[in-house]
Formats: sequence, structure tokens, C-alpha cells
Amino acid sequence: MDFTAGILKWLETTPLSIFILESEWAFPTIESVHVIAIALVVGTISIVDLRLLGFASTKRGFTELSREVLPWTWLAFMAALIAGLLMFISHATEYFGNTAFRIKLVLILLAGLNMIYFHLFTCRNISEWDHSSAVPRAGRIAGGISLACWIAVVGFGRWIGFSMS
Amino acid sequence: MQALAQWLGSTQISHSIQRAIWFIALLQAVHILAIAMVLSSVAMVELRILGITRSQTMTDTARRFMPWIWTGLVVLALTGAVLIVAEPKRTLDNNLAFDIKMLMLATAIAVTLGFQASLSRNLALWEKRPRNRKLLSAFAVFTLLLWCAIAFAGRWIAYVRVD
Repeated sequence: MDFTAGILKWLETTPLSIFILESEWAFPTIESVHVIAIALVVGTISIVDLRLLGFASTKRGFTELSREVLPWTWLAFMAALIAGLLMFISHATEYFGNTAFRIKLVLILLAGLNMIYFHLFTCRNISEWDHSSAVPRAGRIAGGISLACWIAVVGFGRWIGFSMS
Repeated sequence: MQALAQWLGSTQISHSIQRAIWFIALLQAVHILAIAMVLSSVAMVELRILGITRSQTMTDTARRFMPWIWTGLVVLALTGAVLIVAEPKRTLDNNLAFDIKMLMLATAIAVTLGFQASLSRNLALWEKRPRNRKLLSAFAVFTLLLWCAIAFAGRWIAYVRVD
């Protein structure tokens, strides 16, 4: 526990962190980028999830849709991650101990595991259902879990701001 | 505006919402999800205009995403209105970020309406590979940046005014 506390404290005292803390515009700007980035992550991933759930884009092949949309999801995720890391280091100790923050990270992990499982197993017979609007149950569940996780990420992410001192 | 802000802040409903901080958080979360809806739909339309995504026609792309832009805007307006009632001083009373955001929002809505009108009147302009591709590409980039700027200004509302 002391070791972790030490690392967090060190992060807070790096020149980058201090710059963010002392600047009037740095944190709001980084946060704004973070919000725009996660908006794009959640929005684009929901395009794919809604396809899996059979709610939208049902006439499009799943592979073709994913190929067009997901690269942007990843790009936005990278931006959100970098912005998030920058915000994190400026208040490392407090964020680390914040319950909403922890839950948010767990949800992101869950979304990732869900995605990995989907790609490794559910997509094995993708050629059978790629152009069908009738997605196998495992695919529908994956879409549902993904959507639920990311909506919850936004919720808990917003709560972090309200639960920090 | 200041008088309106003062009056709103004195109402019972404003006080009630302020006491339920979880409700404001919920409103903001829904607001952000609606931003996700609008921003991502706009991005998909612009990507098509730019020719970066090509597997669908402009018509199909618009049919798929334009409804989500309008639906998202309705949700934003509703949640936004309640957020203003909850914290009228923060938004209405001399907040530059809020004012700029509303100005840009009005512009973005006008642009979206104009785009939709242009699609119905002159589909060929958007569907084919026109001579004035640079102009259309500039329009696509400008529109996306405008929506991003609105979100940016939105976040700054909280920082321009601290009360």
C-alpha cells in the first residue's frame, strides 16, 4: 500500500502534473478533449452494438460496418486514454481512491473482455450471419453488454467529478 | 438575462433539483450520451462526404444517421433546459462559455437544416464526385469541428463561472 501511495505521489509531483495543476486552462481543456473523445467512443461503438442487437444498420454486413466504424472508435479511445492519463496524474492519489473512478475502470475492462470474447469465439462462424439481420444470441448479448458497459462508463465517469473534493 | 437567472434561481423547482445532486449528475450523463449520439452521427456523415467511408451511398448514410442527429438534439434541448433551471446563475448570468455555445449551436442547427435541404434538392452534388470537392470537404471538416467546439464550450461553462 505504501508503495502504491509512493508512486501516486510521485506522479503528482512530475513537471507535467504540476503544469496541469498550476495552469488555469490546462485541466478544463484536457477534460473537454476527454468528453469529446468518449462521446465518439460511445457513439461509434453503439453503431456496431445496435447492429448486433438488430436495431439499426441491419441491412449492412457486420464485417463491412465494423471495418468502417471501429478504426475511429480506437482512435477516439486513444485520445480519451491520453486525456484521461493527463487528468489522472494531476490528482493521482484522489482519483485512485475514488470509488466511481474504480468502478469506471472495471467497466472498461469488462467491455474489453466482452469484445475479446466476441472476436475469439462468437465471430468464429461470422460468415454464416455476417449479412443476416438475425444475429446469433451470443452476438446479441455481446452487443447488449457492450452498450450497457459504455453507458455506465459515462454515468460513473460523470460521478467522479461530483465525488472529488 | 441576469434578472431571469435571479428569478429562476429563486423558484421552488430550482431549489428542489439543486438538493438532488444525483439528479443533476444523471441529467448531465444523459446530456453527454446525447452528445455521443449527435457527434458520432455527424462524424459518420462527414466521413461519407469526405469520401473516407465509401461502402454506402450518401442517401443511405443520411437516412441512417440524420434521424439520430435530430433525436439527439431534442434530448440535448430537454436535458439542457432542466440543467439551466437547476443552475440558472451558472448558465444565464454572464457566462461567456454558455453564450458562445448557444451561438455556435444555433449556427450548427442552421447548417444541419441547410445540409438536409441541399440533400433533398441537389442530391447529385453530394452523391457523385463533383468538381467542387474541396469545398464540400471543407464544409464537412468545418461542420464536425463546429460540433466539437460546442461540446468544448459546454464543458467550459463550469469553469468560466464557479459558484
